[in-house]
Amino acid sequence: MLNLQPYENPMYFVYLLIGLIPVIIGLFNGKRFRWYESLFSLVFIILIFDADKWPQGQALIAYVLYNTLLVWGYTRYRTKPDSPNKGWVFTLAVILGVAPLTIVKFTPLLSKNPSILGFLGISYLTFKVVGMIMETRDGSIKEFNLIKFWQFLLFFPTISSGPIDRYRRFISDYDTVPDREKYTELFSKAVHYLMLGFFYKFILGYLFGTIMYPYMQHLALVAGQHTFLHLSWGLVGVMYSYSGYLFFDFAGYSLFAVAISYFMGIETPMNFNQPFKAYNIKDFWNRWHMTLSFWFRDYIYMRFVFFMMKHKVVKSRVATAAIGYFLLFGIMGVWHGETWFYIVYGLFHAVLINLTDMWIRFKKKHKGMFPSNKFTYYFSVFLTFNTVCFSFLIFSGFLDRLWFH
Amino acid sequence: MNHEDVKNGVVEILVDLTGSDEVRDNLDLDLFDTGLLDSMGTVQLLLELQSQFGIDVPVSEFVRDEWSTPNKIIAKVESM
Repeated sequence: MLNLQPYENPMYFVYLLIGLIPVIIGLFNGKRFRWYESLFSLVFIILIFDADKWPQGQALIAYVLYNTLLVWGYTRYRTKPDSPNKGWVFTLAVILGVAPLTIVKFTPLLSKNPSILGFLGISYLTFKVVGMIMETRDGSIKEFNLIKFWQFLLFFPTISSGPIDRYRRFISDYDTVPDREKYTELFSKAVHYLMLGFFYKFILGYLFGTIMYPYMQHLALVAGQHTFLHLSWGLVGVMYSYSGYLFFDFAGYSLFAVAISYFMGIETPMNFNQPFKAYNIKDFWNRWHMTLSFWFRDYIYMRFVFFMMKHKVVKSRVATAAIGYFLLFGIMGVWHGETWFYIVYGLFHAVLINLTDMWIRFKKKHKGMFPSNKFTYYFSVFLTFNTVCFSFLIFSGFLDRLWFH
Repeated sequence: MNHEDVKNGVVEILVDLTGSDEVRDNLDLDLFDTGLLDSMGTVQLLLELQSQFGIDVPVSEFVRDEWSTPNKIIAKVESM
């Protein structure tokens, strides 16, 4: 049976665009053919999870049923009149929401085989579910609608790796039909993003990831055989080629997901905004994998800090922020995997952002002591870029290969 | 509360939080772009608004774009 993984090769887009013709014609004429959009999504999702991927497909079905029950149940509890709205119920709902993902992520520690619960996109679906539970708790989402829930959760263009959308934003797009002027704008942006995505993923990502990166890895392994810490210029090459691969491959994918969303009249948020132009780590995280960064910021960091400050758990606001950042980046690191380099990657960014905050406070206290001009600006960008690339070297796991194998 | 009271209250909170008088002079200053407010500052702002104006803004309701300048914040407080 035919199995098509999303965005893997140029032919996939031909199938997508053919399938999208009715959608595009409809939207151009001010109509949303929702039944067709659902059918289209369903067909392409089935193509992801059929044939040899069918076990994953079964896991996906079970996951969707489980979370439908969870979100419906919590929404009913929270929105019933005079709901006690207990904190422990909310916490339990969140734990239950995160449970499947946690099990899948931790299974490799305990068993040779990956968890049977796992499937492509489980992380991203989990973010959507947990986000909805939190917004229901806050009273921002006031009712449960089965069809809308499934549309949001299983939105095909972003199902495999995001960008991570938010329920109310998605539904407001889904419930409306853009006028012709707006849709024309979306359509032309989509075409532009598709072409840029092709260039990023299939050309630059390929150059960096399939040509340069293996070459540099080989260089680094050979040149570093007898050097201190196995360091060599080859390792520097690994760092930059991997960083280039990571960005262009993922930014390319994100552009595809956004482009196909736009064709369907949904303005999925972008993931990248020229991240290598960042002038410090905080700015970097406002430019890199933005939907993930903002998800962690809003649903983990801000809620944690809000709780700590409201209940005055820790006296110092500086300490509260620092702990919050370690929590945020610690979880982000571990979410990638329970290998030492993912954990170090997370902690490294936590340290960086705390140092950045310290530096900003220091500069505030000593206003006028530090020059601020084109040179200091470009130096900050240069420094941030290289620090970020170094963090990606850690993230790549190559050091594990270099040092321990 | 009348507009003047809300305006002065919000501005004072912001001056306190950001440590800068700029927010008093320019009510259309983008607090996030200029680095005067970050996520931690946002949380403190929400807590202050809660204690001073009695308004409850859950974190989910906070969309940066809608709260990015002193004028926007004043408008939000008045609408609650």
